[in-house]
Amino acid sequence: MKNVKPASFFESSARVRVAKLVDAGSFKEFCPPQLRRTSPHLARLNAPVAFDDGVAVGSATLAGHKILIAAQEGKFNGGAVGEVHGAKLAGLLDRGVRELPRAVLLLIDSGGVRLHEANAGLIAISEVMRAVLRCQEAGVPVLALVGGACGAFGGMGIVTRLCNEIIMSEEGRLGLSGPEVIETVQGVEEFDSRDRPLVWRVTGGKVRRALGEATYLVDDDICSFRSVTAELLCRYQTKPLAPVDIDEISAEHARLTERTKRFATARDGREIFQASGFVDLDEVSLLPVAKFNQQLLESL
Amino acid sequence: MNINRLLDRLFGSGVHSISIEENFLHGSAVIDGREVAVIGTHEHAAIDSALALAVSASIIGVIRDDLSRGSSPRPIIFMVDTQGQTLSRHEELLCLNGYFAHTAKCVDLARRHGHQTIALIHGEAVSGGFLAFGLMADRICALPEAQVRVMDLKAMSRITKIPYDRLVDLSADSPVFAPGAENYWRMGGVHEIWSDDSDWLSCLSALLVVADVRDRRAILGVERGGRQNAAPIAELVANAL
Repeated sequence: MKNVKPASFFESSARVRVAKLVDAGSFKEFCPPQLRRTSPHLARLNAPVAFDDGVAVGSATLAGHKILIAAQEGKFNGGAVGEVHGAKLAGLLDRGVRELPRAVLLLIDSGGVRLHEANAGLIAISEVMRAVLRCQEAGVPVLALVGGACGAFGGMGIVTRLCNEIIMSEEGRLGLSGPEVIETVQGVEEFDSRDRPLVWRVTGGKVRRALGEATYLVDDDICSFRSVTAELLCRYQTKPLAPVDIDEISAEHARLTERTKRFATARDGREIFQASGFVDLDEVSLLPVAKFNQQLLESL
Repeated sequence: MNINRLLDRLFGSGVHSISIEENFLHGSAVIDGREVAVIGTHEHAAIDSALALAVSASIIGVIRDDLSRGSSPRPIIFMVDTQGQTLSRHEELLCLNGYFAHTAKCVDLARRHGHQTIALIHGEAVSGGFLAFGLMADRICALPEAQVRVMDLKAMSRITKIPYDRLVDLSADSPVFAPGAENYWRMGGVHEIWSDDSDWLSCLSALLVVADVRDRRAILGVERGGRQNAAPIAELVANAL
């Protein structure tokens, strides 16, 4: 074994991510590009269309476990959700309720609603949210994998947080309003979207892991995403997902209330890192993922 | 319409007890002799983590109260008036999307506990703020003054680089991107639009007669002609061999 370059999740396309994440050759796509179900709304605006409307959905096995999987293509319209795109996600989750796979995997890489068809996109995201909740009610875990250039923002940021687990890379970002939107509306003093280290400290994988929003932080290679996912699938095989009950919801409520109080004035991830036990705050961004995870674990 | 006049017209003057704390409101009312919980926002609230927690806490409170009293689950009426999520670095750092997801899970838990959920849009219903609880309800109704949108056409034109006039022209016969409750109705995203002349209390009591927890909005979109692709594509993916 020498110098086998790991495949970067960040750099890969949606389809390459799927192909390298699941067992070789096991991916079977539903509503594939050959059907050419493009967005009629983009076409009317003379905007470019994609034969898959920016998302691939299908079934596969991962370490032998039967799964359903969706992958958004960030390079097409920022992975934004339109009518067709959203319906493919909702349909896949509906299939999850019927087929009861080990889990549904969502490889999220999206800025949220596609503005060219904003109303359809907003309704679609709410349908995806309800479909995620139905899957979970049926005992099927839904896992989010976030490590693409568009991150998980807007309504897709909410969808991500509905998932049972969030596996992120350091390069992944998770939030509601993107830094550009906040800067445009509130001014550059509020959020300078060109200050990349700041953007990373507010929305990036490490701060999300330190807050407990991401449940796993992994290196930016598809293999690392795969091994954590495989571990989780094994765990669900042994201990099936129990539906969320009022005590679990109340515990989450207490956690979020505590966070709001604890970080009442925080505006920079450095405050989160400090509260998480990191001493050298300038070093956090340079820490390798394994070391970061280890230090975080030790401080808990 | 002033919020107190609105609540009186909806639930009858003097028979509801709904407290208003800044832009958050919660309490109870009686419809056809049956108690209902009322939770929501007004004054075009920008929803931040604190407001999302207030809404969530009220939902959890209603579920717990009914469980401990052993009474039948009260319907929950969500009053929706939001300009969207708060845009701030602080809120993003806290992961505001996580708070919104929590609120959505609370609505879903209420549904699973047998509470009917109805959203009444009485002001604005915009993007993330609308997703957190309004769009999670079993039934979504718009009052006459409701403004439903993701973004206004001018901002949309700036971001998509499509000329404003062209967007205005296209929105005349397509409900897909222009603001308006009517557009959402055609797409199945709003179940009913209430007129100023109708008796809102009877509209509410009619909704409470039939409980239906299925999400049939995509099918409504086909029936009403405003969203032709979502239902067949979801069906294709859900059932493809």
